[in-house]
Amino acid sequence: MPDQLLYAIEVTLNGLMAGVLYALVALGFVLIFKASGIFNYAQGVMALFAAMTLVGIQNGQVPFAHLINAILGTEIHHFGWHVPALLAILLTACVMVLFAWIVERYILKHLVGQPDIILFMATIGMAYFMEGFGDLMWGADIKKLDVGLPQGGSLWLEENTAWLGGDGFYGFFIDKLDMVATVVAAILVASLVAFSQYTKQGRAMRAVADDHQAALSVGVSLRFIWVLVWSLAGFVALVAGIMWGAKSGVQFSLSLIALKALPVLMLGGFTSIPGAIVGGLIIGVGEKLFEFLIGAPFLGGATENWFAYMLALLFLVFRPQGLFGEKIIERV
Amino acid sequence: MLYREAGDFKTSYAKDSQTFPIKLDRVGYWALMAVAFLVVPFFINDYWANAVFVPFLIYVIAALGLNILTGYAGQLSLGTGGFMAVGAYACYKLMTSFPEVSMIIHVLLAGGITALVGVMFGLPSLRIKGFYLAVATLAAQFFLVWLFNKVPWFYNYSASGQINAPERTVFGIIVTGPNTEAWAKYLFCLIFVVVLAWIARNLTRGMAGRKWMAIRDMDIAAEIIGVNPLKAKLTAFAVSSFFVGIAGALFFSIYLGAAEVGEAFGIQKSFLIVFMIIIGGLGSILGSFAGAAFMVLMPVLLKNILVGGMGWPTDLAAHLEFIIVGGLIVIFLIVEPHGLAQLWRLAKEKMRLWPFPH
Repeated sequence: MPDQLLYAIEVTLNGLMAGVLYALVALGFVLIFKASGIFNYAQGVMALFAAMTLVGIQNGQVPFAHLINAILGTEIHHFGWHVPALLAILLTACVMVLFAWIVERYILKHLVGQPDIILFMATIGMAYFMEGFGDLMWGADIKKLDVGLPQGGSLWLEENTAWLGGDGFYGFFIDKLDMVATVVAAILVASLVAFSQYTKQGRAMRAVADDHQAALSVGVSLRFIWVLVWSLAGFVALVAGIMWGAKSGVQFSLSLIALKALPVLMLGGFTSIPGAIVGGLIIGVGEKLFEFLIGAPFLGGATENWFAYMLALLFLVFRPQGLFGEKIIERV
Repeated sequence: MLYREAGDFKTSYAKDSQTFPIKLDRVGYWALMAVAFLVVPFFINDYWANAVFVPFLIYVIAALGLNILTGYAGQLSLGTGGFMAVGAYACYKLMTSFPEVSMIIHVLLAGGITALVGVMFGLPSLRIKGFYLAVATLAAQFFLVWLFNKVPWFYNYSASGQINAPERTVFGIIVTGPNTEAWAKYLFCLIFVVVLAWIARNLTRGMAGRKWMAIRDMDIAAEIIGVNPLKAKLTAFAVSSFFVGIAGALFFSIYLGAAEVGEAFGIQKSFLIVFMIIIGGLGSILGSFAGAAFMVLMPVLLKNILVGGMGWPTDLAAHLEFIIVGGLIVIFLIVEPHGLAQLWRLAKEKMRLWPFPH
């Protein structure tokens, strides 16, 4: 096989892996959107907040250390213990559940029945709040997230694929972490689907997604379902935060993955879990291939920032509800 | 007692439909104009101009523009930063290509170019609605910023990739570049604000504004009663982008002097303007002023109180600012979705009845 083609395959594979991570973030959006009709812009910041909290708990950081030090003039930073990764993840999941409860109790409850766009803007406000709150709580420095996930490229794959090409080809380079992320994402999606299909709460969740009023009338507690859904989204955010955080450190740019997930959603449709996954893969492969074939050689590179949006925009003009979205019916 | 319509008889249709029907409002308006034009320029210094007045005035223009699109026509846009960048770069290219032309013409032309770009990105709005559109406008944001970063023609092949405002004049007075006097900057922006606010006010209460509001409230119903959605949406995008383009041109040439596109016109800028119109009041001209004032003054105040007064580190104040802004957005949306402008309206209602509320 010619080397150029092999590189293209490698780029495609890497794109698929990146797409899985996009899909992971997009999944959080879809969950909330389906259950409450809210387009949760704060999903990315939730991932950042979850990752920060995880690192903070793991390293035994004192929450609000900066603030306390500034007010009381003390010099405290750490409790001086290390929490094992698994326990820290559990604790962080608890924090995300608490967060879901607070959001429902103090924000969503008051905004029931408002236009979608108002709810969307409320989540933007929430994103800002959480960003500041997370920084205040754990500090704004770039943190290293280490929960024992494998790092670096896979040598095994590289050695065993080198024979495919000529002398200039050293085999496919694929990050081990990406492979782990793919597996985790697959498990997560499968368990979410199983949860919503085969459990009582899952059925209630689908009922709420289908019709709020009808669900209420058969005795489904809307508020409980919302807390549940936001907790699930928080958990998905935690997983996404761990994956992205392990890849490139826990820092502000982590929250920008929300912006990467938006075109994925537009492409896949806001209401479809398979849509989020297929959309993620299309965007992941599409932007990497575009950068490789057209962006870098002809357009000066860095096209990844906007390619996904342009693709989604063009796509939407022809199919406004996305690939798998429900058909939009408008009545006067 | 003073603030009421009683006794203020309107004897012509023109008087009946004037912007400020209550006498005290009219007096207040002219008094404010007099202070803004005749008093402030004599006392303004560089600190006040750069920290408060000039950014306030420029953000007012941007907020007016976005309010026309989002507040009046109901099309949420998250691409304001990108459109401001178009205005800034158009202005820069015009300033460097035609040095002898007056700055006013450059700024207006920059607004016109932005309007064209805005219409182009507004075209999908005919098919895409709601937050699908909001996300689609992000495409404009990212694409435009990338474009200005990557095509050297836009920044005249300068080595740093930055654009720097050269010295340009209006009627012999320097308004751009490092040698500009504070009062010149201030007055130049003020004139634009007054004229544009006047245009916005009269557009929004005329036929164009009514069409926009019909589209905002329900576009299918509006179409049925005879509003052409193509025209209404695209004029909203054009007018809004014109305003935003002018704001971008002024922001770069008068306020910053030198700009790097990702930093000055990134997505944060888009959100800032959205916050201004939410806090100020969607669909309100006064709200654009109130929101811009709030978002410009709050960081200055916080910085002075927390860093200057209490000696806290600056990063802590920055985090608190995020928390306060985010919290306020949520609180405003819950308690008063129509923003500061609505609070002012309520206060006026109370004032009319005062001191006998029953």
